[in-house]
Amino acid sequence: METSSATAKINNPEEKQIVYKTKDLDLWYGDNQALKKINLDIMENEVTAIIGPSGCGKSTYIKTLNRMIELVPGVRTDGEILYRGKNILDKSYQVEELRTKVGMVFQKPNPFPKSIYENVAYGPKIHGIRDKKILDQIVEKSLRGAAIWDEVKDRLNQNAYGLSGGQQQRLCIARCLAIEPDVILMDEPTSALDPISTLKVEELIQELKKEFSIIIVTHNMQQAARISKKTAFFLNGEVIEFSETNKIFSTPKDKRTEDYITGRFG
Amino acid sequence: MSTRSKFDSKLIELKENLLEMEKLAEAAVRNSLSALLNHDIEKAKQVIDGDDKIDALEHEIHDKALLLIARESPVAKDLRTLNVALKVSSEVERMADMAVNIAKAAMHIGNEKHFKEILDIPKMMDNALEMVTMAVKAYVDEDVMLAQKCAEKDDAVDNMFGKLVHELISMVPDNPNATNQIIQLAFVCRFIERIADHSTNIAENVIYLVTGKRFNLNE
Repeated sequence: METSSATAKINNPEEKQIVYKTKDLDLWYGDNQALKKINLDIMENEVTAIIGPSGCGKSTYIKTLNRMIELVPGVRTDGEILYRGKNILDKSYQVEELRTKVGMVFQKPNPFPKSIYENVAYGPKIHGIRDKKILDQIVEKSLRGAAIWDEVKDRLNQNAYGLSGGQQQRLCIARCLAIEPDVILMDEPTSALDPISTLKVEELIQELKKEFSIIIVTHNMQQAARISKKTAFFLNGEVIEFSETNKIFSTPKDKRTEDYITGRFG
Repeated sequence: MSTRSKFDSKLIELKENLLEMEKLAEAAVRNSLSALLNHDIEKAKQVIDGDDKIDALEHEIHDKALLLIARESPVAKDLRTLNVALKVSSEVERMADMAVNIAKAAMHIGNEKHFKEILDIPKMMDNALEMVTMAVKAYVDEDVMLAQKCAEKDDAVDNMFGKLVHELISMVPDNPNATNQIIQLAFVCRFIERIADHSTNIAENVIYLVTGKRFNLNE
């Protein structure tokens, strides 16, 4: 829906499946309500961008999708987030199971202080894969998938900290791919990168959406316009508008959306 | 201070440039007809020479708009504003070209006495110029209703064009010595009809600017 109400649902002409269905989600940090009646349907194999000014709740929202938000003391939620039809906010839902399906890439690249190889093999090992041949295959496939294989294939045993920022971020994406997730959450994944590295990650995202569903929080509106199929505009904890990205950036319905994307906000 | 005050002032400046260009083009159109009606060769030459300035203004507007696109990464209405500035300036430039064509027709006819009193062509021009005024006002005020009203007037100009050309051609047999003049006047009718079409195009751009939707008002 493309209205100023919190309800946000749009037609799905390609009949893709809904990955995440958020229903009337409220979230409080103590007494402070950070999310208000969020309703969003996120489709599979698409890039969904979340934009909005600082403090609008976009990072909070994305962190509810893998329940990382629970690490913040005093957080309380109401409503539902259905991931593939199951409410992940339900107490009986196993967060470990969720984390194997939902990978996350953060603002700053955060490789482990280990070799490039070990960074990627770490997740699969935790999940019990010990066979070196299989691990080798996973590492190569993941590094190729993250478009960094050619740059690191001759130095897999070197420490990941020796890579550039852009390479480290793509390594983190490879680490994410190694567990073969269903969804990749990205919280401002290129804000610490130079423009060329940013474009490489953006190209990578375009490739990854063929296999994964991607939800990206970004402050870079041109990035949202370039890479996403749909965009949600958050403001003061509410979804103001959720629509096709082309529509949001050409003829948004809500004046607040237009003010924000044209830089006339605040 | 607005977060985009500098950009906003540049957009206003661009609009002012466009209005300045439009005033010159409109004056050129009026002068070209005056030159034709009054056998004023000097005035016709001035219209032709003055076209360079209008062309230069169009280039200046295009350069400024493209620079703003490159610098400001405009979206939504900002992007439409710049797109429309590019397109409207080209429409205005074409109107000025029509003035040059009319001035050239005036020079072709030169001091040759008009074979009859020319009354209908100025009437047709009044209609076309009224459309220009409406289109420009609609652009300045971003007035969709006025843009539509402007476009509605185009049919009347088209009808006048058809009627006038038919009349002119039918006069050739009785005025064989004025054939060249009659052909030139028929061309002038065509140029005026085109001026009205350019006004309609400006009106279409106004609607696109405001609503983000495209309409073909020329049908």
